[in-house]
Amino acid sequence: MKTLNHLAIAAIAAGAMFAAPVAKAQDLVFLSTQLRPIDEAQKVREVLLKGAPKTTYVVEEPPQFAVRMKAEQAAGKRTISLMGALHGELQPLVPAGSLDAVDDIAAKLGASGIPAGLMELGKLGTPNQQYIPWMQATYVLVVKKAALPFLPAGADVNALTYEQLAAWGKAIQEKTGQRRIGFPAGPKGLFARFVQGNLVPSYTGSMVTEFRSAAAEKGWADFKALWATVNPNANNYNFMQEPLMAGEVWIAWDHIARVKDALTAEPDQYLVVAPPAGAKGRAYMPVIAGLSIAKDAPNRAQAAAVIEHLLKPATQLAAAQEVGFFPVVDAPLPPDLPAGVKLLADGVAKTQGAKDAIVALLPIGLGDKGGEFNKVYFDTFQRIVLRNEPIRAVLDAQAEILRSLMIQTAAPCWAPDKPSQGACPVT
Amino acid sequence: MSAPRKWLYVTGVLALCAWVLVPIYLIGLGAMGGRLAVFKWPKAFAPGEASFAALATFLKIEGVWNAALNSLIAASLTMLFSILLGAPAGYALARFAFRGQSAFRLLVLLTRAFPLAILALPLTVIFIRVGLYDTPFGVSLIHTALALPFAALVTASLFMGIPREYEEAAWVFGCTRWQAFRKVVLPLALPGIAAAAIFAFVISWNEVFAASVLTVRERTLTAYLLTVLSESPLHYRFAGGFILIIPSVLFIFAVRKYLFAMWGVSSK
Amino acid sequence: MLQPRWLPYLLIAPSVAFLAALFLVPLGQTILLSVDGGQGFSLANYARMAGDLNFPTALRNTFALVAVVIPLQVALALVMGLMLQKMTRGRELVLWIWTIPLGVSDLAAGLVWLAILQDSGYLNTLLFQIGVISGPTAYLNSETPVALFFAVVLAEIWRATAIVLIILVAGIQLIPKGFGEAADIFGASPWTKFRRITLPLLKPSLQSALILRTVLAFEVFAVVYALGGRNFPILVGEAYTWQNENQNYGVAAAYAVLVMAISLAATIIYLKALRVDPETQG
Repeated sequence: MKTLNHLAIAAIAAGAMFAAPVAKAQDLVFLSTQLRPIDEAQKVREVLLKGAPKTTYVVEEPPQFAVRMKAEQAAGKRTISLMGALHGELQPLVPAGSLDAVDDIAAKLGASGIPAGLMELGKLGTPNQQYIPWMQATYVLVVKKAALPFLPAGADVNALTYEQLAAWGKAIQEKTGQRRIGFPAGPKGLFARFVQGNLVPSYTGSMVTEFRSAAAEKGWADFKALWATVNPNANNYNFMQEPLMAGEVWIAWDHIARVKDALTAEPDQYLVVAPPAGAKGRAYMPVIAGLSIAKDAPNRAQAAAVIEHLLKPATQLAAAQEVGFFPVVDAPLPPDLPAGVKLLADGVAKTQGAKDAIVALLPIGLGDKGGEFNKVYFDTFQRIVLRNEPIRAVLDAQAEILRSLMIQTAAPCWAPDKPSQGACPVT
Repeated sequence: MSAPRKWLYVTGVLALCAWVLVPIYLIGLGAMGGRLAVFKWPKAFAPGEASFAALATFLKIEGVWNAALNSLIAASLTMLFSILLGAPAGYALARFAFRGQSAFRLLVLLTRAFPLAILALPLTVIFIRVGLYDTPFGVSLIHTALALPFAALVTASLFMGIPREYEEAAWVFGCTRWQAFRKVVLPLALPGIAAAAIFAFVISWNEVFAASVLTVRERTLTAYLLTVLSESPLHYRFAGGFILIIPSVLFIFAVRKYLFAMWGVSSK
Repeated sequence: MLQPRWLPYLLIAPSVAFLAALFLVPLGQTILLSVDGGQGFSLANYARMAGDLNFPTALRNTFALVAVVIPLQVALALVMGLMLQKMTRGRELVLWIWTIPLGVSDLAAGLVWLAILQDSGYLNTLLFQIGVISGPTAYLNSETPVALFFAVVLAEIWRATAIVLIILVAGIQLIPKGFGEAADIFGASPWTKFRRITLPLLKPSLQSALILRTVLAFEVFAVVYALGGRNFPILVGEAYTWQNENQNYGVAAAYAVLVMAISLAATIIYLKALRVDPETQG
């Protein structure tokens, strides 16, 4: 292998001599998997990074992000100094040793009012701060006002249960002939997060431990009934704003950043409410985007300065206004938010403030197994709901896979599961 | 041809032209239709108010011209390398029977049989080590690997189409092998080679994955703008798709005369 | 004339060296990765692949797609090629139009067909206006597997017939005119002429078109994913999912190796089945 490698390098190096090395001012490279769409990337460059040290803002889809970080690590040469990515995308970089601890920056930001719980998430299950929380979001239910007349009697749109949602979808289907509930279950959709963060914990009060419990069985049975009223195109949906704007879907669950376009286009057409509740409560999952510094970053000091800039209350508020991600620092939202963003802000407040709310945290300590963890939940859905396999048997089989993943990573339980000594058990 | 058959024939040709063109017309409609037209039902088949807003947004983005320049450099180098490497190989395949010929053919084909993105990690590591990372030159090397099979196979059939006797006659008149090739074969093959080169250009122009993993600052146009295509609002997607199609259509128009030549037959 | 035995090797040497550095080495690394079980050789990744929920479906879909798309493309390209042969005026223009998809990337082609086939797309608008349907209708989901399959087939035929066309057109032009004229004298029907003269003489072109197109067909996925999402898993798509979403490079490598093995087998089958005599070659 080594020799192969050297041979190839020698061969290519011979060619590389002809490549004129372009000397460019080596300003800071900030690579982000967030705020990628054209409009938003422009906002970051023009608004959010204004007044920060000179920064080249580059965006990349998560797969390419992962490949690049691995490659730079393996080659031992860094181009990227600062990374902005989701909790789950930064997690695999810990076992790879690609992250530089940022305890110093965390200490400096101590007074900015980042909640301790969020800061703790940023340790990714290690003793050191791996990332600084940057922006937060969550998953909500977006309702088109056209659906309201079909709301079943006795149901409160702000406090729905899964059964009521199913009844609502059924009523719409009967009256309009269309199935108008939508989930982003396409290849790039975040449906696995729905199962982990909303469905399973709402019924079991647990994400991992009670995976195959009787309560979970009931949850899956209810969801299977609900799915009968879900638009059959759901397996193609990646971002719910598209089917919402197309009028294909009236009630949609998704990440707030992925419905924002629909809301800002026609704010008077929509409501944003908390996701439905199950037997144990109304589970929701906060989403955290974090800022990390690469190990051996070419420009660490400047990267630290950019992080501090992005966490200033003014920048954080600008992010809320311009791109619809909410502050992690203590900064009250101004009353003059754009109408679409205001809807989102209210929706997030309703979700977090619900009486029966259960916080389901993002997985912690899974390292690069985060993707396979998601696969367990998605496969379970696929087998039970799409392939009609018996619920009990599927849960038992998938629980085995989940257990071996937990043992392999030795990740202790995270909320809503009770803290564990050693690997989180699957009973 | 009898009248009904002639009618059938002409209809067939026109139908096939429509089959290719209508989808492109429709994406153009989407690109110009603006934000809400994309979701209209029923859709309009005639262009309403054309809006260039979405297209213009693409062109106004900071760094887009630098990216376009990088695309141009990478694609031109790809064109150059794939011909420089591929044409001699094609000539060897066409003119000589040699041991290992089929193995070589297979090697060339295999390049296209393996999903490139799976090789991204080892390739990127090598590129960083030798300093090719984040250069249009580095991108062009990967794109050459993609275009090389076409270049080699196309030029092989091209050289097969040029009778060996022409060359042999030149040898009789005292030309060396190289002179005979340069004075007799090359002029005949040039149009076809040009077409193959343009094809390499188009391959490089359209490639997204390698271009985006291997660059950071020096992105190509596709990597800079279009990696986010699947996540942008629909009218941007159509605009982006449309922008991608336009240059290809023009390139192919530019070489339409040589398209037959590309596979070894001059346009008669 | 003296043919130095080393000349062909000299001519292919640069491309071999190039492909060795940029393709064979990473390929070797990836194959090693696919059989690396942590401590030495292991087929665990392959077992994981074969045991996966989507594997049988992906395998079936991939083969079904290739089996349906390629014959249709070859037939269509043959028809187009014969039409071009007869054409006297506007030949270049028509050829240009027919080969435009050659330059359209997967990404753009997927978008084009999504715009046409989605619920509120152009196809449904047309059907609505002529009164066949009463409102938006879905074709691309798990409840309409047959329609979805044909949607993918349609998009693939649109996108990738041009390459087959160009190869066949070149081949058709190589057929000496005299054969056709002789057949006319004996009063052969057009169908007999096609079957007895055109088709056999086209064998070398057909062979290269089939090989190239099949190899490319096993690799395509952007169009399929744009239209079918998760409803239509195919092998290469699964390879990308394992690498990208699941971040398991070993299983992804196993899938990629499988795809390559299938392509290789298909190539060899074509070479054997459509054996070309050296006489007719070139």
